[in-house]
Amino acid sequence: MAAITMSHIVKRYGDGYPAVNDVSLDVRDGEFMILVGPSGCGKSTLLRMIVGLEDITSGEMRIGDRRVNTVAPRQRNLSMVFQNYALYPHLTVFENIAFPLRLAKVPGDEVDRRVRDTADLLELTEHLDRKPANLSGGQRQRVAMGRAIVREADAFLFDEPLSNLDAKLRGQMRTEISRLQRRLGVTTVYVTHDQTEAMTLGDRVAVLRKGELQQVASPRELYEQPRNLFVAGFIGAPSMNFLPASVEGSELRTPLGSLPVDDRRRDAVGDRRVVLVGVRPESFEDASLVSPDKRARGAVLRARVDVTEWLGNELYAYVPYEAPEDVAARLRDLSRELDGDQLRTQAVVALDPSSRIHPGQDAELWVDTARLHVFDPSTGLNLTRDEEAVAALAEQADAARDAQRAAQRTDTQEVPPAEQS
Amino acid sequence: MESARSKWLWAVGSLLILVWTAVPILWIVMLSFKQPGEVGNRHGFLPHTWTWENYRTVFRTGLFTSALVNSIGISLIATAVGVVFATLVAYAIARLEFPGKRAILSFALAIAMFPVVSLVGPLFDLWRDIGLYDTWPGLIIPYVSFALPLAIWTLSAFFREIPWEMEQAAQVDGATSWQAFRKVIVPLAAPGVFTAAILTFFFCWNDFVFGISLTSTDNARPVPAALAFFTGASFFQQPTTAICAAAVVVTVPVVVIVLLFQRRIVAGLTAGAVKG
Repeated sequence: MAAITMSHIVKRYGDGYPAVNDVSLDVRDGEFMILVGPSGCGKSTLLRMIVGLEDITSGEMRIGDRRVNTVAPRQRNLSMVFQNYALYPHLTVFENIAFPLRLAKVPGDEVDRRVRDTADLLELTEHLDRKPANLSGGQRQRVAMGRAIVREADAFLFDEPLSNLDAKLRGQMRTEISRLQRRLGVTTVYVTHDQTEAMTLGDRVAVLRKGELQQVASPRELYEQPRNLFVAGFIGAPSMNFLPASVEGSELRTPLGSLPVDDRRRDAVGDRRVVLVGVRPESFEDASLVSPDKRARGAVLRARVDVTEWLGNELYAYVPYEAPEDVAARLRDLSRELDGDQLRTQAVVALDPSSRIHPGQDAELWVDTARLHVFDPSTGLNLTRDEEAVAALAEQADAARDAQRAAQRTDTQEVPPAEQS
Repeated sequence: MESARSKWLWAVGSLLILVWTAVPILWIVMLSFKQPGEVGNRHGFLPHTWTWENYRTVFRTGLFTSALVNSIGISLIATAVGVVFATLVAYAIARLEFPGKRAILSFALAIAMFPVVSLVGPLFDLWRDIGLYDTWPGLIIPYVSFALPLAIWTLSAFFREIPWEMEQAAQVDGATSWQAFRKVIVPLAAPGVFTAAILTFFFCWNDFVFGISLTSTDNARPVPAALAFFTGASFFQQPTTAICAAAVVVTVPVVVIVLLFQRRIVAGLTAGAVKG
């Protein structure tokens, strides 16, 4: 087990394009770190640099206290699960899992014991004599994990391991990976483009954009205190609504109506004339369902609902609005960068399913103004990030993590651990 | 495709091709079972009286048996050497980026297209000067060099189809490049290696030009060349039937191998052409 320390890592390809640009990231010992971002953001490249399959153009990579920039993959003592699993088709499940041990010249009876323990842990015992071609997607995935954990690697690296599975299996494997990682307590770096995986698995999440690190934080902090427009838009589904607003005294005039802001937010805006207001879909409510005292704590907007989607547990309403051309273009760019392609400027609103709002209606929507974010439209920076809240969240995340690890340790003491230490 | 008419066309076409290719072979087989004196005196496709006489004659003559030993030995050695070289070269071509990669491939192609006959004269002189004339290595060397291009092209197509991740996974699992090659890539490319081996073997086994020009005695003369020196059982008869028997003996292994491995050979020849 070891920490992974990256400082000023750059990967430049032959054409001079930096796939990874000046990334400094510190993965603590035993931590579950997620690398997330839209396609082409450099997350896989970064992972492959950690494992040694890509050369590092500049910067320093340390695993534990060893500088590994020029160390061959096989000498880094890391194990990796590939997106397509990369199982050896000519070997049985047993030999696939045993492969790293055989290379390390582990004696035969110990190989047998360790492979069987691993298979037991992953419920693969009955499949040990089969070939990978005869296994289902989920079983192959587990074999790939078995091959990764059978050896006492310093860290596990996952490259979008669940993206080839169907949705239901993906959910099961996700909890399985999480449980396994907490149980083994091994440093893990996990690449994904899937929000849910990023939010549920990681102790911390690193958001990348065009090879540059945007923010590294606990999932909760990313969601509640995003550093900039990109992170705010990327984390959360449906994503945060960005409304252009002009500043009038202590009010923000948006195309949907005026939003009063508190002093802290007003100060943060400074002398900017135009800003982007970020409102999460769930910060809206159907005004008719809001109690009077709650109503007083927010603002009420009147807007025309275009389309509604009733999902049983939630109701999504789409509210189109007009935006100045330059802001609309900026929002379109952002949407495209986030792998989406939003054609019109519209707000997505998540309402209580009991709401009677229907399409084509002018509706009264209540907005929780205490949860607004204000972004600078040119730099994209979040002007209203609450540093106190950030510190509290980080502290809370650390405490939660420690508590969880402690609980896991006592759990594994009661049941004899299958893995070796 | 589905209509009865096209089915008929296919059937007739297949039959024509079948007859076209099978008749010469059958003819040789029939001749080999005829009495030595029957050829030219009696008409008919089938032998008048079936006899094993020709086969007995063939195996009694030292000319044929030593040629058979030469053919088997030379072909096997040339195949083994050629396939080992081709595997290494093809792997490098499929996996590594190095200057001159295209040059090697084009060079290999050029060799494959080179008219073999034009090399025979110079080789004859050279071999005599350096003492390779009429020896096994004297045949193995040109066989290997002319079989390599096809083997390299076949194998590199196979290697290209093996996902890169296999090797990377092996490297992460702790394998050196050589271990990854030996334990993961070669087993996966086994069908390709096998196909290349069969094709190389056929090339050596069937060769006539080098066999006749670079040998002079039983020392190294392979079967196709030896057939031309056949005299038969008696000096006064045309050795046609005996030659045919010898031809059948050397054709049988080829036919058997092709029948056993036809799937693989086709797969090998079309590898890379079709995604399957």
